[in-house]
Amino acid sequence: MAILVNKNTRVVFQGITGSAGSFHAKQCIAYGTKVVAGVTPHRGGETFEGVGPDGAKIGVPVFDTVADAVKHSGADTSCIFVPPLGAADAILEAADAGCSLVVCITEGIPVTDMIRVRRALEGRPVRLVGPNCPGVITPGACKIGIMPGHIHKVGRVGVVSRSGTLTYEAVGQLTGLGLGQSTCVGIGGDPVGGMDFVDVLKLFNEDGDTEAVMMMGEIGGNAEERAAAFIKAHMKKPVAGFIAGATAPPGKRMGHAGAIISGGQGTASDKMRALEAAGVRVAPSPAEMAVTLKSLL
Amino acid sequence: MKIHEYQGKQLFARYGIPIPKGYPALTADEAGNVAARLIEETKTPVVVVKAQIHAGGRGKGGGVKVVKGGAEEAKAVAGKLLGMQLVTHQTGPEGQKVRRLYVEQGLDIARELYLGLVVDREKRRIAIMASTEGGVEIEKVAAETPEKILTEHVDPAVGLSGYQARKLAFGLKLPEGSPDPKLTVAEFVNVVTKLAVLFDKEDCSLCEVNPLIVTKQGKVLALDSKINFDDNASGRHKEWAELMDKDEEDPVELEAKEAGLSYVSLDGDIGCLVNGAGLAMATMDIIKHHGGTPANFLDVGGGATKEQVTKAFKMILSSPKVKGIFVNIFGGIMRCDVIAEGVVAATRELGLKVPLVVRLEGTNVEQGKAILANSGLRIEAADGMGDGAKRIVAAVRAA
Repeated sequence: MAILVNKNTRVVFQGITGSAGSFHAKQCIAYGTKVVAGVTPHRGGETFEGVGPDGAKIGVPVFDTVADAVKHSGADTSCIFVPPLGAADAILEAADAGCSLVVCITEGIPVTDMIRVRRALEGRPVRLVGPNCPGVITPGACKIGIMPGHIHKVGRVGVVSRSGTLTYEAVGQLTGLGLGQSTCVGIGGDPVGGMDFVDVLKLFNEDGDTEAVMMMGEIGGNAEERAAAFIKAHMKKPVAGFIAGATAPPGKRMGHAGAIISGGQGTASDKMRALEAAGVRVAPSPAEMAVTLKSLL
Repeated sequence: MKIHEYQGKQLFARYGIPIPKGYPALTADEAGNVAARLIEETKTPVVVVKAQIHAGGRGKGGGVKVVKGGAEEAKAVAGKLLGMQLVTHQTGPEGQKVRRLYVEQGLDIARELYLGLVVDREKRRIAIMASTEGGVEIEKVAAETPEKILTEHVDPAVGLSGYQARKLAFGLKLPEGSPDPKLTVAEFVNVVTKLAVLFDKEDCSLCEVNPLIVTKQGKVLALDSKINFDDNASGRHKEWAELMDKDEEDPVELEAKEAGLSYVSLDGDIGCLVNGAGLAMATMDIIKHHGGTPANFLDVGGGATKEQVTKAFKMILSSPKVKGIFVNIFGGIMRCDVIAEGVVAATRELGLKVPLVVRLEGTNVEQGKAILANSGLRIEAADGMGDGAKRIVAAVRAA
């Protein structure tokens, strides 16, 4: 089962002929992801080549529009590698073409664009992961995004995080302890994005393959506080957490557009307190994320 | 990116938002001249000389002076303001040097209001906040008397509706005490509506008018402006390059930005080079956890080139406060060999006088480790980020 993606997920890559898009499409194909189509305007009719996990060559047809790609390939999920100023348009194109899941990797989309995107997606049967995120992976079944596949292991810990490399760190620690993952979701570091902690926690809560959840938050906004409220009221499974940025100065953007303490709001200590009060075991240091989760099993 | 009050007001004027008459000045002579011009144009003897720095609290810090004695006095006041280190609650104790001034007409103020537009991350909309407590720090109002802040959210599909602006106007009791209540409400509605458009079109991340004033004649004007732009939108705003005041930026952070790196200076003594923002923050945290203090936040990003890594490492090496360096890499897209090559290249050029601990994990980790091992540099290899943090803290203590 797992959540969001599995071995039957059929993926269209938007921006498949760009440098990042083509590199990561190949990596996903090599992992075993069913990449069934690519989209780059004016490149329709070409074939993108990858090599599957068994060494067999896989040809991926390229289309001019996502609508064409979905019609001819049966893709149900999109992975977006379109440059920032065109990415909002790409998300809407995927949604309009009927994709039920859109994973947007692009970093640097203007926030006003994302505000419009969220408004346009209201009430539509589509889930957005990201932008500015590593993507989604169900180990052994489907990798959509830029995370290194080999550090993952099939298992029963759900992982959700606002950060990319910090997620790899956590996954590396989990795998090192022999704890595999059901699905890992990078929800992204932007102030306005798609699915938030609560959306993902809900899915993990109902997922038969997920036994416990590891969540990594960071400074800025109140998504972790809202997650804490959900966990307290509804979560049936143990949750371990970590919040990055306890040493971050106020008013400074720490790399991620959303990682900023403003007006005294969004500090790491507030978030840790909220999570602890909701019964989440918070790791004392980022080197102890997996150990903390293991202590809950 | 931040801009000055006078630049924000020029933007206001372009959108039809009323502002007092005023002119920027870079020298005391210029300030005297524009003061004379203002007095002539407005037929009133009062002008206000305002220091232009990218920080709030200028009035309280002594950076805003009301001048009633004419152009000569304005020139004298300007001479004192220019070059001073203006300290406010937002500048830090060292203050910020005043290099530009704005000279503005004086007005008869009846009421001072607060108006601010921000991105509400939870609602995923632009929020417009208004309060009767103008001229005060809004954070303080939010903490102590949150009921005094009125909020409306802008629906991106339809924009701000007239009724929302009126709700704010009547909520602020604008008709009370105004000689022309209809005019005051209409002018306020005009300001709020145009600010909402400006925020969206100009890609702001913050737009504050504190205070927004009502004059004794019942007119509504923006007496201040504070605008931050969303850096992500710089690709569609070529005009921002001209608005940027490099004197207001941290030179090291600016240098990093131009090299495509994300860098923030901190107070400690352990330099960090990390890939990814979350891991970079976590690296700072773990240094602190083991009793050290980070000297910087530095995210080289996912796809950094050898040149970028070299640049990043040189920035750390050349900082006099750095007593030790911790490189923490979990390569997803980032290849460990590229990091290693960059570190070695920078060190060859500048030399390595402080302890260096390197933790490498991920793509091409073996090549990366080999490059470091064969470099002849004194590099301590770490097994995991916890081990790395302990080692660098211990090495800095021993040094």
